[in-house]
Amino acid sequence: MVTVIHPNLEATDAKMRASNVSVYYGDKKAIDDVSIEVPSKYVTAFIGPSGCGKSTFLRALNRMNDTIPSARVEGTVELDSEDIYSDAMDVVHLRARVGMVFQKPNPFPKSIYDNIAYGPKIHGIAEKKDDLDEIVQTSLTRAGLWEEVKDRLTDSGTALSGGQQQRLCIARAIAVDPEVILMDEPCSALDPIATAKIEELIAELSGSYAIVIVTHSMQQAARVSQRTAFFHLGKIVEYGKTSDIFTNPIEQRTKDYITGRYG
Amino acid sequence: MSDTPIPTRNAARDAAFTARLKKRYAQERRFKYTGLAAILFSVAVLLVLLGNMTINGLAGFQRAEVAVELNLSELGIAANALTLSEPGALQALEIQGLKDITQFYTEQQLGADAAAGVSEQAWREVAAQVIADPEILQQNYTYHLPASPDLASAYAGEGDPAMQAMAADMVEKGQLSRNWDWGFLTRSDATNPQEVGIWGALKGSMLTMLVTLALAFPIGVLAALYLEEYAPKNRWTDVIEVSINNLAAVPSIIFGLLGLAVFLSVFPSYRSAPLIGGMTLALMTMPVIVISGRNAIKAVPPSIRDGALAIGASPVQVVFHHVLPLALPGILTGTIIGMARALGETAPLLMIGMRAFVATPPDGFTSPATVLPVQIFLWSDEIDRGFVERTSAAIIILLLFLLLMNGLAIYLRNRFERKW
Repeated sequence: MVTVIHPNLEATDAKMRASNVSVYYGDKKAIDDVSIEVPSKYVTAFIGPSGCGKSTFLRALNRMNDTIPSARVEGTVELDSEDIYSDAMDVVHLRARVGMVFQKPNPFPKSIYDNIAYGPKIHGIAEKKDDLDEIVQTSLTRAGLWEEVKDRLTDSGTALSGGQQQRLCIARAIAVDPEVILMDEPCSALDPIATAKIEELIAELSGSYAIVIVTHSMQQAARVSQRTAFFHLGKIVEYGKTSDIFTNPIEQRTKDYITGRYG
Repeated sequence: MSDTPIPTRNAARDAAFTARLKKRYAQERRFKYTGLAAILFSVAVLLVLLGNMTINGLAGFQRAEVAVELNLSELGIAANALTLSEPGALQALEIQGLKDITQFYTEQQLGADAAAGVSEQAWREVAAQVIADPEILQQNYTYHLPASPDLASAYAGEGDPAMQAMAADMVEKGQLSRNWDWGFLTRSDATNPQEVGIWGALKGSMLTMLVTLALAFPIGVLAALYLEEYAPKNRWTDVIEVSINNLAAVPSIIFGLLGLAVFLSVFPSYRSAPLIGGMTLALMTMPVIVISGRNAIKAVPPSIRDGALAIGASPVQVVFHHVLPLALPGILTGTIIGMARALGETAPLLMIGMRAFVATPPDGFTSPATVLPVQIFLWSDEIDRGFVERTSAAIIILLLFLLLMNGLAIYLRNRFERKW
């Protein structure tokens, strides 16, 4: 089975390029020989049924799988043509360039201010208080949270509502000025209104960062993304422009999935 | 659709159900009352223990004292505030014959028999009072001197009838009385129960605990962090884990033997020293800290680690900025439990010689000392009846010390929890 690349897909400059990537958990092969390009100015959505390896593949893009002792990655993943699994690539530096937002909002149990300022502080992006203040304000503004929290920056980040927490996590990711933002089902724990806000935010951010979003909701993929990859059983079945995948899929399995026959 | 009719209300079934329900409630009530009885029993035992201890212990903060009025400057003691503030003041007073003067004039005032009921070391208390307040040198001042063990027990209604009669006579004349003895908190061990104090043992305990904390806390926390955050999960770490769990369950006397065999053969001149005691107790406390520390670290949600890693924190930054501060309240709780156990520990310290009779408080980590529980053990072993109450008083001090330590730890824990 080879990935079907939709014929309408025009070439764009790739921010990240995965070639023949396989991920193993112990003996189990979770991702099987996946190749894909992540374009630099678009939102790419990974869709597919549960357990198909979307999240595993996403975590391979910023080496978060390193924290799982049994996980092993084969193939190459390139960020701006540099292999991120080579010895020359420092994993800390990589994660500063490729940020991540998780399924469950996970703000640090510190103040809202410290949540945002933590990244810039450890990377030495801002040393002075004024610079930090500015980064905190811009990040929160970009995440659409500034107006809601500007009067209570010293409150704990965990005291916010679920949707606000998730936007705080996005602001935290933006604060270190990454090139790529990976989002692992960022709305699955949120109500529809909070989800709508996050989707708006993704649309706004898409001009500035390469965004990859894993989602269970096909409507969400259709709304926020310009590129869609359909994962099934550890492989990418079909990849193309979002409009093409949803209106004119080539593979039978893609058709079945988007029409709700399984998954 | 099936043709089964919808069940209707059935009187017989309802009655059976009600009966069963009654039984179930009865069972619940029985369970509740048994639990309540267990609690009441524990509280009663605790109250009896504390009440008994307080009644005995309060008497332990008092002692039998003989009142003697002296005007020392008239009796030939030449000293002033300046000389008395010097370190050698006690020796200076001794050279001037304070001991003989005290003895002679006590005899003159009370008669030979009664004077024999004053402790031989009484002059030291006179000296201490004079040094504390040089003004009293120049005037007629009533010194309350500790009674001898015989007189004290006669006063308490025990021993030689003649002695008891004399004690009763002295009480009538206002020469003998039981007074609050705050010196108990500042003196050290002695042979006469009227002259003992707890300060030596208390200071010994503090020094020992400091050594224990300084060794066990960092080693325990670092070991826990390494095992949880860095160590690969393989057979070797399993072996280490099992060993640490076993170490926490080893009887404390074994640690005493280890301290004796290892520490004392390396530092043979530090027998009875808080340094060695603290090292021995640290061995015992460390596994407790490691185990509780690992549990506290495990309880930190992995999502926090992921969040920190995902914005590019290095593993060390994840540990020290996020995991450790979040786990610290739990680690502190474990440390308190370990330290409290160490504070009450007697057996291992007996092995390394901290049961010696030490009449002066230790002036450092390497000078001979004893600790509170050992002091309690030693006093409870004494023949003189006067030590019974002193033992209870020492127990109260030990419990208060424990309470203070726990209070401090709870305060620290809450502080950290608020901040994070």
